[in-house]
Amino acid sequence: MSVASSAAARPALSIEHVAVHFGGLVAISDMTFTVNEGEVVSLIGPNGAGKTTAFNVVTGFLRPTKGAVHYRGESLNELKPHEVAARGLVRTFQRTSVFQSVSVFDNVMIGLHRRGRSRLWDTLLGLPRERQSERELRERAEQILETVGIQHRARDLAGALAYGDQRLIGVAMALAADPSMLLLDEPVSGMNATETVRFMELLGTLRGTGMTILLVEHDMPMVMGVSDRIVVLNYGRIIAEGPPAAIQGNPEVIRAYLGEGVKKRARGS
Amino acid sequence: MKRYLPWIALVAAASIPLWLHDPYILNAFITTGIFIIAAMSLNLLLGYTGQLSLGHVAFFGIGAYASALVSLGFDVELLFGIRVVHEPWPVWTGLVMGVVVAAFFGYVVGKLSFRVRGAYFVIVTISFAEVVRLVALNWVELTQGPLALTSIPPVTLGLPGVGYYDLYSKQSYFYLVLAVLALSYVVISRLVNSRAGRAMVALKENESLAVSVGIDVTGYLVLAAVVSAGIAGAAGGLYAHYLKIIDPDVFLFLYTVTMVIMVITGGKGTLAGPIVGGLIFGFIPVFSRSFLGPELQWILYGLFMILIVFVLPEGIVPAIEKWFAARDKDPETPLVKSTQAHIQDAP
Repeated sequence: MSVASSAAARPALSIEHVAVHFGGLVAISDMTFTVNEGEVVSLIGPNGAGKTTAFNVVTGFLRPTKGAVHYRGESLNELKPHEVAARGLVRTFQRTSVFQSVSVFDNVMIGLHRRGRSRLWDTLLGLPRERQSERELRERAEQILETVGIQHRARDLAGALAYGDQRLIGVAMALAADPSMLLLDEPVSGMNATETVRFMELLGTLRGTGMTILLVEHDMPMVMGVSDRIVVLNYGRIIAEGPPAAIQGNPEVIRAYLGEGVKKRARGS
Repeated sequence: MKRYLPWIALVAAASIPLWLHDPYILNAFITTGIFIIAAMSLNLLLGYTGQLSLGHVAFFGIGAYASALVSLGFDVELLFGIRVVHEPWPVWTGLVMGVVVAAFFGYVVGKLSFRVRGAYFVIVTISFAEVVRLVALNWVELTQGPLALTSIPPVTLGLPGVGYYDLYSKQSYFYLVLAVLALSYVVISRLVNSRAGRAMVALKENESLAVSVGIDVTGYLVLAAVVSAGIAGAAGGLYAHYLKIIDPDVFLFLYTVTMVIMVITGGKGTLAGPIVGGLIFGFIPVFSRSFLGPELQWILYGLFMILIVFVLPEGIVPAIEKWFAARDKDPETPLVKSTQAHIQDAP
């Protein structure tokens, strides 16, 4: 790493020698990497490589067996998920990304929870602050829906939307929680090509606002297109790290994805 | 229209003692009203946070005993010869203390058991109710045990210097119960239509997703348990001072089941659900009494319940709301689930 780049880059998230064991199973053996402020980093690797486990550790859903996670200098190890979110680190989920039986608009309103200013007494006594806070939240929810581009479905039940649109609601909800860093777990899975391109544009908009993004994704064209750096995991450890161009040509990465058998079989037949 | 419905219902209910003079029916309205308040409190937990409290009657009974004991006074000997003597206080302080003590136990149960969810929560609440029942049965010095607490004074209203008025008549109790019911309705509706209510619904729907956007799960569940237990305690206090006698049978599991039936058939997670369900199941025994024997009354009760759950699995109120939504079909107003429909009414 050159001196110039390390001086410019301030680490936002740093993961130091993290290991996660489930009984005898080693999900992550020893993982160390950092994400700098304003950077878009992708975490890739075959299924079962430990990507989602890494997400769960960072966001407080899992305690690491060993190692430490810091965000902006503060240790996240002892924090509960909602406390991690309160520090600006907000994630989306791979599968259940929305509250199904709630309208799209209310999904975002739930996401805005942390921004509400009304206290319990304001609510119970119906004080002006309650109404004002609710009005602000509704305006903000409309803005977020517009940013993500699903404002026309605001009144529909989230569960009634197509899978790709549900992923967008998941992102809208995460944005509503006022993050300084977004962790997106396979955001474009289930999206068609057009939707994926639109999503990449959305990511571009977000990085323009200075948002730090950590992405887990299988869609390689997208990963190569949006990432500043890529971290490759296999069997719970990091096998490569670098800018997209370097990763594409890395023989170890190709072996992890395609397996050695491919070459052998190709030679044999 | 929907905005004025609670007011219309309140005015209609307030007019009942003006034209209804049958004391038996009026009595049915009062006891049904008390159980509707308890069912509304159960609905806050079951319908909005998704947690089934099958020991809910414990809070009701604690409210009843606390209110009765504060207004009757007591003299008990604790461990190591420490005596606690309590002189009788005015009845309204008893009612307030009933709410406070029940809410405190709601806090304890909430803290204890909200690490466990679903079936485990159900078991914790059932056990809690059973423990409280055994205490009421066996701590004879305080509760008189199976002999029951008797001569519980009626509710007194009044101001110092203006004069006091004892509520003896059924009419006055009817209005007192109606007032508490309306107040509980306001508290619950404000709560569920706020940021706190959205947090509760979020927890019911998907807990991981809720915490991922920064919602403190346990905090909101405990809040719901405290408010719910407090309202159930208020219902219990009214019950004690209306009947003027309570025994450990107020902790019977049957009462919890009655509340659950009222909530489920009326429509859990709707504000009006427990009221509609409560009126139906509060009055089935009253009406069937005139032409059926006691055993057949309960069979009719059960049949009616099965019928409602079978035909309208979501409950009566959501079914009516859906029917109205489908009738004035308008592409701009889709079928939003009832709980959320309220949230969106505001703009």
